Amino acid sequence: MLGLRLYMAQRITALLMGPFVLGHIAVMIYAIQGGLSAAEILGRTQGSVLWFLFYGLFVVAVSIHGAIGLRVIAHEWGRVQGRALDVLMWGMGLAFFALGARAVWAVTFAGVVT
Amino acid sequence: MPSDVLHVTIDRANGPESFEVPAYDNQTVLDVVSWVQQNADPTLSYRFACRVGMCGSCAMMVNGVPRWTCRTHVSKVTDGAAIHVGPLRNLPIIKDLAVDMDPFFDKWVAAEGVHHGGLTRDDSIAVVDEGSATRVEANAGIECINCSVCYAACDTVAGNADYLGPAALQRAWTLLNDAKDEGSVAILDAVSGDGGCHNCHSMGSCTLYCPNELDPMSAIAGLKRETAKNFFWRGR
Ligand code: SF4
Ligand code: SF4
Ligand code: FES
Repeated sequence: MLGLRLYMAQRITALLMGPFVLGHIAVMIYAIQGGLSAAEILGRTQGSVLWFLFYGLFVVAVSIHGAIGLRVIAHEWGRVQGRALDVLMWGMGLAFFALGARAVWAVTFAGVVT
Repeated sequence: MPSDVLHVTIDRANGPESFEVPAYDNQTVLDVVSWVQQNADPTLSYRFACRVGMCGSCAMMVNGVPRWTCRTHVSKVTDGAAIHVGPLRNLPIIKDLAVDMDPFFDKWVAAEGVHHGGLTRDDSIAVVDEGSATRVEANAGIECINCSVCYAACDTVAGNADYLGPAALQRAWTLLNDAKDEGSVAILDAVSGDGGCHNCHSMGSCTLYCPNELDPMSAIAGLKRETAKNFFWRGR
């Protein structure tokens, strides 16, 4: 149900998420203390390749990590097996990615491109 | 002379059945089950052979916990005068307390828990350095008696029918570290599949309940490390 590849994918994305989570929390605290408004935050994220890469990679890592985790839970607790298990994993992973990517795009390049 | 009476409940095909068994000072759970079979109900099926903790055939659930019954004293596992005995968890029941051990042993083989020799009779015997780190690892798991107590204790086996389980994976780790075994590639492949070592949640029920105080959880962690290294260096 969980072979070496999925295991490695989940561990490597976990390693990536560590610094991303810390960075995210640090920025949140910093942004709120300075009393930044939404407009000011958007002013800094819009058009920024750095923020696009930071949150873009974060979203990719979360999608992979979360989908594999749900696969394990669905199999061991929900008895989902075989193809259904693969469909569930890919479906959840793509859904997470779509939700996250939409948000990242919205705060970085959406306004810039259009 | 019996000093008192034990209230014994045994899980059977038609549900739990109760027996009154004379209690003795030094009495194992296997003694109790044997007493029932010999004096109360000769149709009770159970399995044992050595009675000294060598053969690994007597494991059962005792008050909800997997134990080797020939070396489990009643006084150690019951608070009062009641005891509940059932067939080993995670294995198909044949009858009463006898379970089908085939899945357990099949997985042992599926994990490549077999000898992979590379020498012929003309070669000299492989040199084993007793003090080497790999030999220490191999020795740690060598006293496994195939009792399946760890397999019964493992919640991952309960939730994932394909999972090879602690004993088979521990044997794979033992062989991987054995200077006389040349099956490392086959072993690493066998433990990297869908039911392999990566399914283990490292919760340690196997290590907690192993009657020989072995540590399958750490052996499996070793397999995870080796397969991960292999993944980076050899891309498989
Ligand atoms: S540590 Fe792994 S093998 Fe041992 S009981 Fe837990 S899941 Fe099973
Ligand atoms: S590892 Fe321990 S509990 Fe598991 S089969 Fe071997 S002796 Fe029994
Ligand atoms: S009867 Fe052999 S280990 Fe218990």
